[in-house]
Amino acid sequence: MTTLSGKVAVVTGAARGMGEAEARLFVERGARVVMTDVLEEEGRAAAEKLGGAARFVRHDVSSAEDWARVVETAVAEFGGVDVLVNNAGLLRHALLMEETAENLDRILKVNLFGAFHGIQAVVPAMKARGGGSIINISSLAGLQGIPRHAAYGASKWAVRGLTKTAALELGEDGIRVNSVHPGAVDTAMLGRTVERGRGGFPAVPLRRVGEPEDIGELVVFLASDASSWMTGTEFVIDGGSMSGIVPPMRAE
Amino acid sequence: MAELQGPNLAGKVVIITGAAGGLGAAAARQVVAGGGKVVITDVQEELGAKTAAELGDAARFHKHDVSDPAQWQAVVDFTVAEFGAVDGLVNNAGVTAGGPFDVESLENFERVIKINLTGVWIGMQAVIPFMKAHGGGSIVNISSAAGLMGLPYTGSYSAAKWAVRGMGKTAAIELAPFKVRVNSVHPGMIYTPMTAVVGIQPGEGNYPKTPMGRAGEAEEVGSAVAYLLSDASSYVTGAELAVDGGWTVGPTVQNVVEG
Repeated sequence: MTTLSGKVAVVTGAARGMGEAEARLFVERGARVVMTDVLEEEGRAAAEKLGGAARFVRHDVSSAEDWARVVETAVAEFGGVDVLVNNAGLLRHALLMEETAENLDRILKVNLFGAFHGIQAVVPAMKARGGGSIINISSLAGLQGIPRHAAYGASKWAVRGLTKTAALELGEDGIRVNSVHPGAVDTAMLGRTVERGRGGFPAVPLRRVGEPEDIGELVVFLASDASSWMTGTEFVIDGGSMSGIVPPMRAE
Repeated sequence: MAELQGPNLAGKVVIITGAAGGLGAAAARQVVAGGGKVVITDVQEELGAKTAAELGDAARFHKHDVSDPAQWQAVVDFTVAEFGAVDGLVNNAGVTAGGPFDVESLENFERVIKINLTGVWIGMQAVIPFMKAHGGGSIVNISSAAGLMGLPYTGSYSAAKWAVRGMGKTAAIELAPFKVRVNSVHPGMIYTPMTAVVGIQPGEGNYPKTPMGRAGEAEEVGSAVAYLLSDASSYVTGAELAVDGGWTVGPTVQNVVEG
């Protein structure tokens, strides 16, 4: 099993969904985690469940000041930062012609500026440890166009590009930067109820919706030294839907 | 459909394979409309000769199996003899074939690769010496939307089309110093004799899963090819030009999977 023993991670948007699963798997594999979110109550409860290896910090990722506090907490409580997962994100569906500049701004603030501030905030601490791994959660909407995802898609394509520049600039410091592109995952962001398990989600080749733990396992791998020669890369995790045209489900 | 206004191809001599009908013939018409000269090649002798005759003195036909290097040399020699140059090559000849992975035969796989991939490679090799020696040229390889994404039941076809896309990029880098440009065109669902066989229909509204809602016309691919052949694209090389009504961009508004 991939070990994260001795590593300290910061996971944003960790109160629930993918962020919570990532933090939980990190702790299971031996890491200590600073879990951050704007959802204070849920975030605190999620961290408490993970015991002494987890801390919660209330954190608006669009605030550089908040980021400084998060890094200070990681250093003070756990001695440094080895891993950053820029997971916090916002989604609002709207047709392009009905989208507002205010909403675009709000989504970019969290999804893009959040990752940008996060990278700037953790890099000095990572350099002090001799390297690190930054995982930016993008989306399938960062690989293709998706109707009603103009603001979200713009932010996720931007994160993908930011990842590549960061990988180029930070490689020499031993800091790896990769993007993860999940498809439909069974979280609050999905915005609807989907039957879990085989056959419940015919839109993708594996015919099931993604579980937060599916993404969590990939993020564990990217956080670990098992992926030590991977940087600047896009990891698609979507049950196969980006492979192309999905054939209809076979009749029973 | 309104008549398409193509770019200026005056003085250009272009070889187009598989041009007896379909996309190749449409590209040939665009070349001639733009003032260029074209050698149409195909295994379909009668139709190829007829298509060339319709285009008048600016077109010739040469029978041609693209998987045979000797025939390629004959086509290049013929082109130089008739029109004095080779400025452009459109590797358009191709076969559709396929089936589920567990059904397709090795023979069929090898046949598809031989025509759709090896034929393109031999073609590039055949024209490159002339182009290098005469100040450059433009090679347009017809790949497919199946060279941009997976398409079920097209294993051999999409393998060849992805390979053409990749090979074109290597060629673009190697040949750029010699002013030979190499680009790929990726048609989506286009109504041609080849695709009519697999059920593609023309007209509005037949393809709700494509953003534009319809299959494309051969002329709409021909105009993209003409652009890449012309000097209007003089700084374009190693590029992929999708001509697919938006098919490979993502799901349509009606078919989006929220997530």
